[in-house]
Amino acid sequence: MGLSPRPDTRLIDTSSNEPWITTKLDAFVNWGRKNSLWPMPFGTACCAIEFMATAASKYDLARFGMERQAFSPRQADLLICAGRVPFKLAPVLRRIWQQMPQPKWCISMGACASTGGMFDNYAVVQGIDSIIPVDVYVPGCPPRPEGLLYGIMMLQKKVANERSGDPSLRNEMEPDPDTQLYIPPSVIDEVSEPFGNSIHQTRSGL
Amino acid sequence: MTEGDAVNGVNRDGSFAPVIAGSALGATAAPATPRNVPNRGGAPNESIEPMRQQFATAVRRVDVVWGETTVVVDPTRVHDVIRWLHDDPSQRYDYLSDVTAVEFRDLEQPLEVVWHLRSLPYRRFIRIKVLLERGAALEVPSVWDIYKGADWLERECYDMFGIKFAGHPDLRRLLMWEQYNEGFPLRKDFPLRGRFSRSEQLRQALAANPEARYSKEELSIADAFEDLPADMRRRLTTGERTGE
Ligand code: SF4
Repeated sequence: MGLSPRPDTRLIDTSSNEPWITTKLDAFVNWGRKNSLWPMPFGTACCAIEFMATAASKYDLARFGMERQAFSPRQADLLICAGRVPFKLAPVLRRIWQQMPQPKWCISMGACASTGGMFDNYAVVQGIDSIIPVDVYVPGCPPRPEGLLYGIMMLQKKVANERSGDPSLRNEMEPDPDTQLYIPPSVIDEVSEPFGNSIHQTRSGL
Repeated sequence: MTEGDAVNGVNRDGSFAPVIAGSALGATAAPATPRNVPNRGGAPNESIEPMRQQFATAVRRVDVVWGETTVVVDPTRVHDVIRWLHDDPSQRYDYLSDVTAVEFRDLEQPLEVVWHLRSLPYRRFIRIKVLLERGAALEVPSVWDIYKGADWLERECYDMFGIKFAGHPDLRRLLMWEQYNEGFPLRKDFPLRGRFSRSEQLRQALAANPEARYSKEELSIADAFEDLPADMRRRLTTGERTGE
């Protein structure tokens, strides 16, 4: 069998014709989940090109059990948001996330998806974590394929360490019905304060 | 059937008539990249002389910059000028490449609305400008009745600069969503980060229903209308766009 014995797994009676093992349910289920993630690429900009390079033969996502890319959120369990998300797309991304069945995870790929990046302007969401929960942030503009693969391996580690007894685990976050936000507005304003060059943006004085 | 019989790219029998670049120039040699073009001055576009005869004082100014001709025309006559450039057999400007606007940092300067026209048969390019004085209504005539391709170009220009195109059949925002109410982002008095706080922007964006953004015609679902879910049918018939 392809199972490599883990420290918490004990093989018993390998000489019999019908070998069997004992293991923890979590270890077994998580092992299956982490090696068969179905990613759904949500590519909106230049980062998506680098995502395609990651999926293509040289870097080959399939080595990590991601042979099957899902282009429907209903048959996906990993959302990879590759690229900037404008405000007009925010309800679409939220809807796509809500359509994905549990268990589900999200990788925010690149500076734009994670923070708005260089687009500190009227049109771009300052980090997709203000719309949907994010598990792994991959920095870079764009991240190299190695960077994305590293992020994916970090997520696999996270999946492997999940405990089904954890009550917060499959908690579907419901946004506030009035504002549609699930983070308090003051927090959103605080984390998207202008920084760097963008603090000079009103210098035309008009 | 010769090319001249076609009206708006369609032959009389309904078949598509391709426009052949340079076909109206006869046996003229194929164009080469021009050399030693002066920055200012130089020969203007061949259309300028007949345009001056046709429209006299409506042609206010002609500039030639790097070999490209810019004509500033009277705002009340711009539609006639463009109609003439499109229809006259000696002009045949059959391709509208852009409609846009320019605002300068100097607030004394008027806003400009710019049309880029190209004549494929004559291999000509012309830039038409209209100056909208400060304080006056930002309104120019739509050229949608001449070029159907002006539809989205004018909607974008309206969306970004707030310029009204009188006669446009469906002047709505194009890039920003329709309920967007912070103003016109490419105007100089618009702060780069928008007018509202980030949380308010996000709240308004998330309140939009992504499925209810398009008109019935845009989706080409008029035929399948009866098969749509009841709530979508209701929204489309009332013109409601948010689904709230
Ligand atoms: S992070 Fe850089 S590469 Fe990625 S979408 Fe933004 S601008 Fe493009």
